[in-house]
Amino acid sequence: MNVNQHSPMPSPYGQTQPGYGQPGYAPLDGGYAAPYGPYNGPASAFQPGAPPQGYSPFTSFPSKAVAASPVSDLSSPVDLGPVRGPPASGAPPVSAPQVYNQYGHGQGDMQNGPPPMTQAPPRPAASQPYQQGAVNLSGPQASYPQHYGPQPSMQHVTNQMTGMQITSAPPTPAGPGYAPPHGSQPPVNTAYSGAPPHAYTQAPPPASSAPTQPPPPSGPAAPQQYYRGPPAPSQQPFNSSLPPTSQQQFSSPAAPPPSSQPTFPPSSYSGPASTPGHAPAPLVSQPQQSFAPAQQPPFSSAPPPASHQSFVSGPPPPAQGSFPPQAPPPASQPGSFPSPQPISMPSGPYPGPMPPQQQHPASQPSPYHSGPPPPRAQMPPTSMAQSNHLPPGPQGPPGPPGPMQQPPPQSGMQGGYPPQQNGAFGQVRGPQPGYAGPYPGQQNYGAPAPAPPPAPPAQKRLDPDSIPSPQASDMPAVQKSRHRIDPDAIPSPIQVIEDDKAKSTEPFSTGVRGQAPPLVTTSFQVKDQGNASPRFVRCTAYNMPCTADMAKQSQVPLAAVIKPLATLPPDETPPYLVDHGEGGPIRCNRCKAYMCPYMQFIEGGRRFQCGFCSCVTEVPPHYFQHLDHTGKRVDCYDRPELSLGSYEFMATVDYCKNNKIPQPPAFIFLIDVSYNAVKSGMVNIVCQELKSLLDYLPRENPEMDSVVRVGFVTYNKVLHFYNVKASLAQPQMLVVSDVSDMFVPLLDGFLVDVNESRLVIESLLDQIPEMFAETRETETVFGPVIQAGLEALKAADCSGKLFVFHTSLPIAEAPGKLKNREDKKLIGTDKEKSLFQPQVAFYNTLAKECVAQGCCVDLFLFPNQYVDVTTLGVVPVSTGGSVYKYTYFQAQSDRERFLNDLRRDVQKLVGFDAVMRVRTSTGIRATDFYGSFFMSNTTDVELAGLDCDKAVTVEFKHDDKLSEETGALMQCAVLYTSCSGQRRLRVHNMAVNCCSQLADLYRNCETDTIINFFSKYAFRGLLNSPTKAVRDTLVNQCAQILACYRKNCASPSSAGQLILPECMKLLPVYLNCVLKSDVLMPGADASLDDRAYLRQLISCMDVSESHVFFYPRLLPLTKIESGSLPVAVRDSEERLSKGGVYILETGLHLFLWVGASAQQELLLNIFGTPSFSQIDPSLTSLPVLDNPFSQRLREIIESFRAQRSRYMKLMVVKQEDKSELIFRHFLVEDKSASGGASYVDFLCHMHKEIRQLLS
Amino acid sequence: MASYQEFIQQNEDRDGVRFSWNLWPSSRLEATRLVVPVSCLFTPLKERPDLPPVQYEPVLCSRANCKAVLNPLCQVDFRAKIWACNFCFQRNPFPPSYAGISEVNQPAELMPQFSTIEYIVQRGATAPLIFLYVVDTCLEEEDLQALKESLQMSLSLLPPNALVGLITFGRMVQVHELSCEGIAKSYVFRGTKDLSSKQIQEMLGLTKPAASAQQGRPVAPQDAAASCRFLQPVHRVDMNLTDLLGELQRDPWPVPQGKRPLRSTGVALTVAVGLLEGTFPNTGARVMLFIGGPPTQGPGMVVGDELKTPIRSWHDIQKDNARHLKKATKYYEAMANRSAVNGHCIDIYACALDQTGLLEMKCLSNLTGGHIVMGDSFNTSLFKQTFQRVFSKDLNGDFRMAFGGVLEIKTSREVKVCGSIGPCVSLNSKGSCVSENEMGIGGTSQWKVCGLNPSTTLGIFFEVVNQHNAPVPQGGRGAIQFVTQYQHSNTQRRIRVTTIARNWADAQSQIQHIESSFDQEAAAVLMARLGVFRAESEEGPDVLRWLDRQLIRLCQKFGQFNKDDPTSFKLSESLSLYPQFMFHLRRSPFLQVFNNSPDESSYYRHHFVRQDLTQSLIMIQPILYSYSFHGPPEPVLLDSSSILPDRILLMDTFFQLVIYHGEDTLADTESTIAQWRKNFKQLLLAPLDDAQEILQTRFPMPRYIDTEHGGSQARFLLSKVNPSQTHNNLYAWGQETGAPILTDDVSLQVFMDHLKKLAVSSSA
Repeated sequence: MNVNQHSPMPSPYGQTQPGYGQPGYAPLDGGYAAPYGPYNGPASAFQPGAPPQGYSPFTSFPSKAVAASPVSDLSSPVDLGPVRGPPASGAPPVSAPQVYNQYGHGQGDMQNGPPPMTQAPPRPAASQPYQQGAVNLSGPQASYPQHYGPQPSMQHVTNQMTGMQITSAPPTPAGPGYAPPHGSQPPVNTAYSGAPPHAYTQAPPPASSAPTQPPPPSGPAAPQQYYRGPPAPSQQPFNSSLPPTSQQQFSSPAAPPPSSQPTFPPSSYSGPASTPGHAPAPLVSQPQQSFAPAQQPPFSSAPPPASHQSFVSGPPPPAQGSFPPQAPPPASQPGSFPSPQPISMPSGPYPGPMPPQQQHPASQPSPYHSGPPPPRAQMPPTSMAQSNHLPPGPQGPPGPPGPMQQPPPQSGMQGGYPPQQNGAFGQVRGPQPGYAGPYPGQQNYGAPAPAPPPAPPAQKRLDPDSIPSPQASDMPAVQKSRHRIDPDAIPSPIQVIEDDKAKSTEPFSTGVRGQAPPLVTTSFQVKDQGNASPRFVRCTAYNMPCTADMAKQSQVPLAAVIKPLATLPPDETPPYLVDHGEGGPIRCNRCKAYMCPYMQFIEGGRRFQCGFCSCVTEVPPHYFQHLDHTGKRVDCYDRPELSLGSYEFMATVDYCKNNKIPQPPAFIFLIDVSYNAVKSGMVNIVCQELKSLLDYLPRENPEMDSVVRVGFVTYNKVLHFYNVKASLAQPQMLVVSDVSDMFVPLLDGFLVDVNESRLVIESLLDQIPEMFAETRETETVFGPVIQAGLEALKAADCSGKLFVFHTSLPIAEAPGKLKNREDKKLIGTDKEKSLFQPQVAFYNTLAKECVAQGCCVDLFLFPNQYVDVTTLGVVPVSTGGSVYKYTYFQAQSDRERFLNDLRRDVQKLVGFDAVMRVRTSTGIRATDFYGSFFMSNTTDVELAGLDCDKAVTVEFKHDDKLSEETGALMQCAVLYTSCSGQRRLRVHNMAVNCCSQLADLYRNCETDTIINFFSKYAFRGLLNSPTKAVRDTLVNQCAQILACYRKNCASPSSAGQLILPECMKLLPVYLNCVLKSDVLMPGADASLDDRAYLRQLISCMDVSESHVFFYPRLLPLTKIESGSLPVAVRDSEERLSKGGVYILETGLHLFLWVGASAQQELLLNIFGTPSFSQIDPSLTSLPVLDNPFSQRLREIIESFRAQRSRYMKLMVVKQEDKSELIFRHFLVEDKSASGGASYVDFLCHMHKEIRQLLS
Repeated sequence: MASYQEFIQQNEDRDGVRFSWNLWPSSRLEATRLVVPVSCLFTPLKERPDLPPVQYEPVLCSRANCKAVLNPLCQVDFRAKIWACNFCFQRNPFPPSYAGISEVNQPAELMPQFSTIEYIVQRGATAPLIFLYVVDTCLEEEDLQALKESLQMSLSLLPPNALVGLITFGRMVQVHELSCEGIAKSYVFRGTKDLSSKQIQEMLGLTKPAASAQQGRPVAPQDAAASCRFLQPVHRVDMNLTDLLGELQRDPWPVPQGKRPLRSTGVALTVAVGLLEGTFPNTGARVMLFIGGPPTQGPGMVVGDELKTPIRSWHDIQKDNARHLKKATKYYEAMANRSAVNGHCIDIYACALDQTGLLEMKCLSNLTGGHIVMGDSFNTSLFKQTFQRVFSKDLNGDFRMAFGGVLEIKTSREVKVCGSIGPCVSLNSKGSCVSENEMGIGGTSQWKVCGLNPSTTLGIFFEVVNQHNAPVPQGGRGAIQFVTQYQHSNTQRRIRVTTIARNWADAQSQIQHIESSFDQEAAAVLMARLGVFRAESEEGPDVLRWLDRQLIRLCQKFGQFNKDDPTSFKLSESLSLYPQFMFHLRRSPFLQVFNNSPDESSYYRHHFVRQDLTQSLIMIQPILYSYSFHGPPEPVLLDSSSILPDRILLMDTFFQLVIYHGEDTLADTESTIAQWRKNFKQLLLAPLDDAQEILQTRFPMPRYIDTEHGGSQARFLLSKVNPSQTHNNLYAWGQETGAPILTDDVSLQVFMDHLKKLAVSSSA
């Protein structure tokens, strides 16, 4: 059985949860094998070939890349090419360096040093070892080599010369490199906060210096400007058109310094490039690097540095130790490996260059620290940051810049960096004052050099142990040998997240138009000052292009993710309820927009002009109020609708269906009682749970009883309705066998008040499991079940929600009967899309009827085999409901997850019969909507049910010009029936800026939101296009976005440089995660159901959920006893320390990964056993142990669960265990078993794409 | 001819048979000239307390197409132990068990007084009786309560082993599962969807993979087990069912203003029939349908749910303006036939002030031998007592009901069967004794009568086929044998055999004899049945015309008159009452639809074609008794002249019992008070007591009306009496007695005048 289950599990695996949930991980493993087996075909293929093959494209890229070393700088990523260029000509280097610097310090500088850095970055400890290993020995290189390898290749690509220089630079870069590591390491980011400024400052200076060196003129100038600008004005400049340039410049400057580093990075890039052709690869998240550099000083102080430090000093050694483990991970290396060789001169270079470089790194750790690295690192970073262009210079520059930079950095860095960041990275944020702070972190990125410092901090944070000396040691290591792209040199999500956290200390006020909110990963407080809280509305861009041409040119999607009923934290006030009396809410006469802060009162307050359509409307007498001298109404702050971004109106009867005040909604529970359902224990669990759950039906006033009525239906091939009228002594069962023509057999007594009918209901719930205990019926129906609920609601003339608990493919003769159509052969073909389309049209029609009635359907699936989630999900998805899937449900192991989901689903606040309308100011228009809803026309989003977890993504298109003065306004009004039966209107207002310069656009984007949009866009695209086409479209659009930036906003630099806008520097990594998701690239174990399930799930996710879904949160479990969470590490196997324990959450899955050589004490604390082998992999909850560590760990797990809308079952994964396969799937920066590219590879690929577009 | 009257009476008492002619014309030609066909009223299960059933099986003629039962008319050779069939003249040996017979030791069936004899068949499994209640829940609270009580009461009347089932319906149809503990379970069907029997059984979960293959076979055990859920022995589910009935709620679906409740009678019946069909084919079962209004949705819908659309009237029907009539009728007919095939009878208890669709549904009962009861409310004694009377028991404590009857008729060669009119369906059994000339339900010699009671009477019509030139030998007798197989209410299978013989007479030489053998009462009823049967399918006036022509022809045939001299017209005693019966028949609700709703007409006709002769005659010509101080109660003429101020009248029309207090009987005048003070009370009570007597025996219980002169209910009386005095002729007649009737109807006198005139007319 287990095996079977397991085996199936795997396939379903898509959702690890269920699969995991199942007892037999072991089986899973086995299962994997088996299930995968089939899959394996592909998988194996992938795996074997994958690295190479999968990379192949990359390789090809690399080849090209070789030519160019991509560098993603925040502001202007360093181009490897440039880097190389630089070597060749001084100029290019500038930019390149920056890039490198920024990224990984690592990369740019890092490239040189990055490798080491990367290693270091990966894990504090681990990384250190790596570095050391790498650095120290060519041998280590082997492991590292790979990493390095690539880099080397990069370097090669750029130039050996550069490399050489780099080598020299590397040291410096190393610094940056270290930084990158830091960067890579979350710590860095954290460090950033603190250090960032420094780093930046440093970076800038270095940049200047660097620039000077490499492309002294340009570089310097820019840098200087940057410096100057950046420091204080930087922000402004950035904001302005200049900013971009400045940014770029900054980057370039930074680059320059990094240039030295960059060169390295480039080299490293080249390395990778060369091997795989990654050469271009050098994506650099400058920030990190820059950070590193900048950080150095700060780092030292800040935790991030720790990593660096670790690298540098003690860490290195330990790192090595840890690295070794990583080395095994080389898996990642494999890819890199090839590159390494190339790098070596590639191959040669490796040994050769590597050694030297690495040696440096190796030695770097210490050497770096001690030596040039730090300075250089800083330098580079700065240079990097300043002049990405300089990159080339970097190599050369590094040296000079190093010194130069260092000095400047320090002075400038602190001051200057921030600005730079603002400019470069912070562009987006930069504009805002508040950001400045946080940005610094970014700036840090910008300045690769700083990396080292940040790295150290990072390391510290990451690996407290590694903390040793954040100092230069890290730096050096990084820079040195990397021929291939150093993962630490490329933009690190962790770094960005941590930076943002550090930056967002003040409550976020929504009053400033066009201000981007903190990231979703940051916890912050919101003050509503006229715009909707980001918890309700998040935009992809807070500065929209004024014209359609610009929008088209940039390809940046203009969209908002709206979560109208989002739950607010307890310290924020829920939207006020406004009652405008019998006349209903005051609205614009023409466009019908609701009264909001954008309405301009004129003529002494007798009229108001609509902010959306400019129409002038009379103010009704009862609403009249005088204006003060500024033209504001005197009562402005007394009225939520005049002063807040979000509020609610009481709707009048005119807003009700049929002009009747709605009845209170009803919940109907429809329970499958076929053989499978009973046997799995589901029926029993549901019935038991409902008894207590019914006391927690949603209510608005906790003091009152819920007015929601409930009804019960069970079904297999026929339906059983229950009369639970209070006056009955016993419930009555009404069997409806006529499933072909469903109807509701009773009215009175079906929907009842829980309190009145409690006894009868309890009796019923007691008897249901008994009645069907002996059932032999295996066939089920599904369509009629929903019809039944719908008819019941129709009969009761109310809206409501159906909770359907279903187990199997509905094959019984009835409308909506389905057949098994899962066909693996179709996957990857043009016909694959048909699998995402419903099998029969029946459910679409049904969904339409449901929506018309306000009947929302939540579906809980307990399949043991294919159930066609695509088709079954049509109704839930169209009615604003949810689908929950528990594959191979077993009462024992899945009970908790299911019950928690159910409880939450039943209790959560929900609105019914909702209509959402998004109004916009003239110039743009909401054109497309993504989510769980139904649309009968092009403007009204109809949601039968809308709960607090549902988000709708709205895409905007220009239909005219926008003006910079007025900005763009949008108002989202949701008319719904509350769970107490009140008809209400919730209004969210949002104003964003408009810009006529593309740079402003790029500075005010939010990547997480863009990814949210892209994923929804792509997943919808699956319906119409082959999967491959969808993926290509995504990659293409992304490339266009970045290319546009490069072309229009970044300062000129070598084509070989990869320059990324600060706000979008994570776009490639996140996009890669989207592309690698099971939906777009099914693994061998992902069943069609899993993919369909995920597809539907994501369609209504908000930004924070989609973020963690695509880029899981991976936390090292060390030092968690203290209050704050440890800093996350990047989702890559090489970041895992064999001696550590990690927790990974995706919003759907929760893993506890235990390293094979985890400390006994740790294991004892967590599992109560000191032996690794005694850990039971089938655990779904941790033993309750009375020690602070265990307590805290369980607290953390609980808090994670509380944050997510779905309960995550804990899965314990032991290193080397078979179940690790599943876990690895979520290490999204690595190459995936299904053929998904690693981050580095993808970045190279992206770079290639961009270069193609540019040329 | 006192002798004939005695003979007739004797025959009726013994055999339950009344022939229109007790001497049969010996040729076809002569028979047709007699106008009234050779026919009889046959009451198959006439109560014969003096007739103990014999415990063995009948002896049959061995000829394959005869199979007549050994009877007193057979010639028996006691020595050879051989008997000759009196129908086909086949010589049959007696079975071994008859070895001991001799002239002095004859089996009962050979004795003349056992011309009617009943056998108990021991073969075959006996199935318990089945009662399936189909209850409308779209009733007023009060009505539903009363109905629930009646139903609960009825459970105590059922034999403990009887199977009982419950289906309720309103907007939906619910089949209640009776065997479950805890949760009361029921299967629900949508009221708007016609379902095949197979679908119903599938939906009820009654189909067992292989078991449903053989239709019509006795119930297999597992089938019974499966059906157990819905049909349970009373003793086992008594409590459950009582509770269930107690918890019955009015149909909970809201009825909007201006609408009728949605009532799915058609589907409910389909389900009931389908359920029985699948589980207990060919077993005695009674579907008892209780309705409080017309079917308003689904198949069998009689009227829409819009109150503004009234239910069809005769006017609508005549104008072909009844939208649902044909469809509904067809639907119910099909169902009735299915039910009849399986031997299940369907009762309809319709209680409502408005019509309930009996017109469309009547065939359900008419074809299956079920009852139709029509009342105003379930909360009336009329319904309650009638319903109780359904379960009345005979002296042996057995229900006065029988199931699954099959009546077979065998005739001697000179006679053939034309058909039958009564609550039966044809079994399409063609045989040598089946005439090609159909009267009533013909073309067969076997009929199925699913529900029988002791008063169920069929009108059976024969044809003399003997050719005129082949005279019957003198002293020859024509014989007819009625073989009725049925399931007794004690679940025994029984066969009752009645064999009768009548003498042949030459119509030319013995017309006087034939005339005197005329049973005018039976003839009136038989002709009335023919008329009613025709009325079902023909226009009313056509039927009347046909009836008139028959009457005139009869008068011409047997009247004594001088041509063209109406005053010379005379009828012999044996025919003297016949024209009067016809006069009242013409005015009766069986042929006149004026003032009656289609439902009422159907109801009256339903009862008319199944009651025995006495009751039928009452229906044709109500009985009027007069009570006065002047003498003992006496029957008086059903004439307006009988309505006198100082009389109390009691009229029994079968359907109504009217007590009419004359103008002065209650008047508070000096004279009357003084005159009647002494025995006033006694006088007033006398008719009430008599009425009570009738009320207690009659099924269905008649509507009891107590009214007085000038009372609104007096119309029941006034519409029945012969309008000898009307506003037109009152003063012309110059009589002071009687009460004038405000009508344009012709009176009996006028009718007779016309009849005489036409009868003597040479041109007619």
